[in-house]
Amino acid sequence: MYEGIVQDLIDELGRLPGVGPKSAQRIAFHILAADPVDVLRLADTLRQVKDQVRFCEVCGNVAQEQQCRICRDPRRDVSILCVVEEPKDVVAIEKTREFRGKYHVLGGAISPIDGIGPDDLRIRELMARLADTTVTEVILATDPNLEGEATATYLARLIAPMGLTVSRLASGLPVGGDLEYADEVTLGRAFAGRRALS
Amino acid sequence: MLRTQKLGEADRIVTLLTREHGRVRCVARGVRKTSSRIGARLEPFSHVDIQLYSGKSLDNVSQVETLASHGARLSGDYGAWTAGTAMLETAERMTPEEREPSVQQYALLVSGLRSLAGNEHSATLILDAYLLRSLAVAGWSPSFDQCAKCGAPGPHRAFAVAAGGMVCPTCRPPGSAAPSQGAVQLLGALLSGDWTRADSAQMRVQREASGLVAAFLQWHLEHQLRSLRLVDRQ
Repeated sequence: MYEGIVQDLIDELGRLPGVGPKSAQRIAFHILAADPVDVLRLADTLRQVKDQVRFCEVCGNVAQEQQCRICRDPRRDVSILCVVEEPKDVVAIEKTREFRGKYHVLGGAISPIDGIGPDDLRIRELMARLADTTVTEVILATDPNLEGEATATYLARLIAPMGLTVSRLASGLPVGGDLEYADEVTLGRAFAGRRALS
Repeated sequence: MLRTQKLGEADRIVTLLTREHGRVRCVARGVRKTSSRIGARLEPFSHVDIQLYSGKSLDNVSQVETLASHGARLSGDYGAWTAGTAMLETAERMTPEEREPSVQQYALLVSGLRSLAGNEHSATLILDAYLLRSLAVAGWSPSFDQCAKCGAPGPHRAFAVAAGGMVCPTCRPPGSAAPSQGAVQLLGALLSGDWTRADSAQMRVQREASGLVAAFLQWHLEHQLRSLRLVDRQ
């Protein structure tokens, strides 16, 4: 145990995700040894993030204004909506530079075992957006795990009567890998989702 | 595989119900990365052959082979998936002590999930049958054809959760439910495995029976199953 405020700092850092007691201690001593200007800049950034960052009122992505950068961008295709679980999924898809439509962030996936049902996600807001006739295609880009798949199944069932095109991200072999090392579940999905070349 | 929880950057804590070692929690390293070879095998509903090695607090997963993967089939049917999730949570609750062998609960879950994935009956009927039998294996078998208190032969008209099932007019405690004869017959059929009778039950009767099963389960577990209220019964 360290004296007062140093131990408080270690305890606070230790509450962060992925930071254990040893890492918390290492970061705390790094902060103690760092230039005061750097530490104050970090403290200011933390305060600004909490003061200024909010969720976009349209899509649920993180934003500094009422709407996020993507929702404000007039060059984005408003007819295609990509549904993701978390804001970090938006960043991952944006890195591909393949998608020029807009997003809708659900805020998680349906997980009955954790007590998270459809009403706990931003599904009502999604349906309200789809009621506007500008969207013609919905891409369900929830995680490729069971909860993500079940959430996609649930959404597809809700959206189907609206007559929109509903698609799901493909699952299959990772680029750069060897076929022999693929697990049977992923390989099975790759076969099921194979595409014609000619 | 009963449940997975995120751990750190790319790991998961996975909860298993095993044939010989009861409920086991272990760490699967790196399985959240898309390059993981075993991540897809460690999803809830999977029936796997798994090898673990001892760790500091939790064991670590070293190898996994799939025996049956029900996840893909269930996640494509929202009703079956929610029913299956309630079965997984029940299995976890029914095995409160880690590493205490529970062969009957294991066998019951494996056959229940196989039946659910095979679409053999309505998902909610399979769930209710599983819940009743799981309670019976745990020593809380409900009584439907004789009085749960004095053993007087039925049929009786009152259902008392605290008493353990149907009760005669003499033993009937205040506040007992009065289920329809059809619901009582359905519950008996689900417990005994009379699927011909269970499959022919009307939807109204199935819902009534489900309510009684849920009340009975909650009383004995002293805990509400989070997934049970989210079961899709459409």
